[in-house]
Amino acid sequence: MNIDQLLEILKGELVTECEKEEFCIERGFASDLMSDVLTIPSTDKLALITGLSNLQTIRTAEMAGINIIIIVRGKKSTPDMISLAEDNDIVVIETPYSAFHTSALLFNAGIKPLF
Amino acid sequence: MHFEYHVESGDFINAGSTSSAVKKTLKQLNVDSSIIKRTVVALYEAEVNIVAHAYKGTIYVDIDQEAITIRLVDEGPGIPDIDKAMEMGYSTASPSVREMGFGAGMGLPNIKNNTDRMSITSKVGVGTTVEIYNKLQ
Repeated sequence: MNIDQLLEILKGELVTECEKEEFCIERGFASDLMSDVLTIPSTDKLALITGLSNLQTIRTAEMAGINIIIIVRGKKSTPDMISLAEDNDIVVIETPYSAFHTSALLFNAGIKPLF
Repeated sequence: MHFEYHVESGDFINAGSTSSAVKKTLKQLNVDSSIIKRTVVALYEAEVNIVAHAYKGTIYVDIDQEAITIRLVDEGPGIPDIDKAMEMGYSTASPSVREMGFGAGMGLPNIKNNTDRMSITSKVGVGTTVEIYNKLQ
């Protein structure tokens, strides 16, 4: 799935820079628990779906090698988060939908679960 | 190569900055990406533990051609029962730490899972030292 399709499905807003030609999402993992995110195996084209919107969300993605974060429930990213994400080539998208709704929409659109 | 980083209690703004710096260094050294990930996940968990539980700490990083050795030395309350602390799900984290997405009792087991060797020594009322060792080849 490319970035335009993702934004349309999630009524999402892209809040970081994004290399549109290189962007691709194939799998998703939803969690608000960053300790849990840090246990998942390295997976390309994986999106983290989370309601946790703070600097440690970005740091966790950086350490876990995750390059796409979808922040749910209309929560907003701070300028510090956006800056840190862009420094690490992480794309951040905000959606008004809940984590459950976001996951369902992506699953129905062919995005696979990690487990 | 030797580096030292200082970590302050409760500083969740900068928590992870040491792990980020080490990740960049290992990338520059062309270390295998899976080894980088294991190392920085373990280091990040341990770094967050200092921010979450200790009063302050210092992280000593030594890298040679064969391995990376990291010592995280904190001044803090210490761990009364290390075996208990290593159990999955056991945590003494505060609500504010949990709000940051941590404190589920997964950190120390995850450090162990991501290292070739890990050791913890602790003295109640003094502090804790965590040592992490990963081969780079």
